[in-house]
Amino acid sequence: MTGVLARVAFVSRRLVKAIVVIFAIIVLNFFLVRMTPGDPALVIAGEAGAADQKFMDDLRHEFGLDQPLWKQLAVYLGHVAQGDLGFSYRQRLPVTQLIADRLPQTLLLTGTAMAIALALGIAFGTMAAMYAGRMADTMITVLALLVFATPSFWLGLMAILLFSVKLDWLPLFGMATVDSGLHGLALAADIGRHLILPAVTLGLFFVAIYARLTRAAMLEVRELDFVRTARAKGLGERRVVVRHILRNALLPVVSYAGLQAGYLVGGAVLIETVFAWPGIGRLAYEAVVGRDYTVLLGVLIITSIMVIAFNALTDIVYVLVDPRIGSTG
Amino acid sequence: MDWSRRKFLAAASAAGVVPSLLPGSAGAQTPKRGGTLRTIINPEPPSLITALNVQFPVQVVGSKIYQGLLRYDFNLKPYPCLAKSWTISPDGRVYTFTLQDKVTWHDGEPFSADDVVFSAGKMLPETHPRWRISSDRLESVKALDPHTVQFTLKQPFSAFISTFLSFGCPMYPKHIYDGKDYRTNPANSTPIGTGPFKLKEWKRGSFIHLVRNDNYWDPGKPYLDEIIYDVVPDSAQRVAAIETGRTDLVQNNDIEYFDVPRLKQQKNLVFTTKGNEVVSPIAWMDINLRLPKFQDKRFRKAMMHAIDRQFIVDKLYFGLGKVANGPVASTTLFYDEKVLVKYPYDPKKAIELMDEMGLKPDAKGVRQRVNVLALPYGEVWTRQAELVKQQFGKVGIEVTIETTDSAGWFQRDSNWEFELSFNFVGQFMDPAIGVARVYLSSNIRKGVLATNVEGYINPKIDDLFARGATAPNAEEAQKIYSEIQHILSDDVPVLYLTELQFPTFYNSAFHDVVVNSDGTLGDFDGAWKAT
Repeated sequence: MTGVLARVAFVSRRLVKAIVVIFAIIVLNFFLVRMTPGDPALVIAGEAGAADQKFMDDLRHEFGLDQPLWKQLAVYLGHVAQGDLGFSYRQRLPVTQLIADRLPQTLLLTGTAMAIALALGIAFGTMAAMYAGRMADTMITVLALLVFATPSFWLGLMAILLFSVKLDWLPLFGMATVDSGLHGLALAADIGRHLILPAVTLGLFFVAIYARLTRAAMLEVRELDFVRTARAKGLGERRVVVRHILRNALLPVVSYAGLQAGYLVGGAVLIETVFAWPGIGRLAYEAVVGRDYTVLLGVLIITSIMVIAFNALTDIVYVLVDPRIGSTG
Repeated sequence: MDWSRRKFLAAASAAGVVPSLLPGSAGAQTPKRGGTLRTIINPEPPSLITALNVQFPVQVVGSKIYQGLLRYDFNLKPYPCLAKSWTISPDGRVYTFTLQDKVTWHDGEPFSADDVVFSAGKMLPETHPRWRISSDRLESVKALDPHTVQFTLKQPFSAFISTFLSFGCPMYPKHIYDGKDYRTNPANSTPIGTGPFKLKEWKRGSFIHLVRNDNYWDPGKPYLDEIIYDVVPDSAQRVAAIETGRTDLVQNNDIEYFDVPRLKQQKNLVFTTKGNEVVSPIAWMDINLRLPKFQDKRFRKAMMHAIDRQFIVDKLYFGLGKVANGPVASTTLFYDEKVLVKYPYDPKKAIELMDEMGLKPDAKGVRQRVNVLALPYGEVWTRQAELVKQQFGKVGIEVTIETTDSAGWFQRDSNWEFELSFNFVGQFMDPAIGVARVYLSSNIRKGVLATNVEGYINPKIDDLFARGATAPNAEEAQKIYSEIQHILSDDVPVLYLTELQFPTFYNSAFHDVVVNSDGTLGDFDGAWKAT
């Protein structure tokens, strides 16, 4: 009984903390974006190349930008409390709809990239650790360093030149063929073809990180007593590596993946731009350029909620990977 | 700068190498029905409602859906669109338009004079800053019968006939917009126009898909079945797309200038800079004339002589555009080259002028220090700022370059927070529309872009522009505008740099893509694809 109560208390503490964090994020960002020069009316007028005072006054009035700042903040907070993220000044659509349109696409891209990164990263890291000091290790380490140091947008452009322009194997941009009339599996295959380049490009950077993390952690773990014990018990090398070394070496990888999950929503701006992928990173970037305050704040709020959620998820995965954490904590 | 210009221009420039649809042109081939035009839109427009949003990308796509009463050929002469003919009264105050016969809206309702009265007399004066230049001078708009509309002006305004293009005065359906809030009308997401193409699907962030309007008023047209605008935010991707044939048309700012020479070599692409005539932007540097250091005209002239503007055209724009010497672009009405005071690149002359003023170099060789606000519109503008810094440096003017993003630039330029500021402004056919606004002392409006941000005050110029706008005939107007061009090119209220041109490339299978001064802002009803 006390266990349940403790858990409820724990969860509610986390929840209250999360709400306070989100509130702080909103208020802070609200003032931050307002401190940038220019406003949406000015940008719209500027991009139009034709503007008069009335045009901008009308826009500012419509957007509520002619109200005192504290009042705008109060109105905004009131709306957010009711789950309403407001209206985009530029696109004249509800922010929730804009985000809902874009979020799945970003999650697909970054989720795939992360899966690729984890799978390849752990595999390469394990290989490097097993052959530490030998040719395979050197090659993996050097390659990882190279990929890590190369800007991902450049990698993306080069991949486009090779696979889309020269070899003509993959589509150049976008997420699906326009008006293809495809359904079901065929549609999934079409999206898959569009997804390969951006996901791999985005994932490569993290492959490098995971490979290095895995390698370092495995080298450390394999010197520990329980590994020697396992070997002494006569376990096969494969079982020793997978069950004893790798599993214990995964903790730092999990921690890092949890951190990276925060990027899942907002960190793919460059890749989304280079590959014309209709994701939320581009939405946020365009909102900054257009001073579309509500969209920007909406994206920031959703992003922070996701980060908080992923942190909680990481905690759970920790317990799965290392039961000691659950029993003591 | 009005953004407009940039984008506009860009857009506008696209252009037609084969104006076979134009009156008098020699298009020998017979158009064929069918085919898809795949092109690019960048940046993605926030909406397609050209009445509410006059941004450039909105016009690029919206122009296929919403039309104006008139079109304008490469020489800016009007010819029919939704109006098949028109008359102007001898006193220049009454304009009577006769509409095409069988025009319907995309929802099947007939288009009539009431829609024109509603659009030009009620909706656009509320929402459209470019049309307000005309509507402010209107006394009345009336429907004489379902196919005849009469505009009466308070006093003659010779530029009036130049304001009926689709991005000056687009037609909107009365039955959908009248009596409702224009901006929140749900119909804004399902555009209903008279144009040759209809919106089928807009997947935000990905593409805008237009399809043929089968009930289009001009029989047999349009020829294309569909137009797909892919949203491609990265310029390297856009070049790759046109190079590999995955897109058929690039326009406006889709292509960076440094890619132009390479694409020009490609045999299956047609290149043109026509279709830029309506907007015809001129690039210059705004001078904050409120600052004492800029008030001596000799210093402004010295700065003009210190910049090698031909170098900008040749090396930074790769030959596109030309040196600008005055306030009116060579492609705009009433341009007069003879009267212009010119400023060839001549650093010695610049130094002489400053010596004459008594502006002597200090111990470091610096005669004057100026800050230059760069335009955040990409490579070519950054390079220009660097060039100016270098060339001013040679004559002892030390430049500090200031940078910002576009919203920051709008803020600073419109609020006069600059010393020199790169800018470009569209001309819009008649000096009364696009030129006067930059120099009229009555148009010094803090916080509003594309106004007299430099703070130029010259009663003579104010008077001449007032007379030019109301001139009873073209000869009279020409005299007035020639005088204006002489005075302004001598007075240098801004540092004139270049006339901008935007490269358009399209797949040579397509014909009649750029047929008039609207360029790729046209409705494409005559564009066709050879099979």
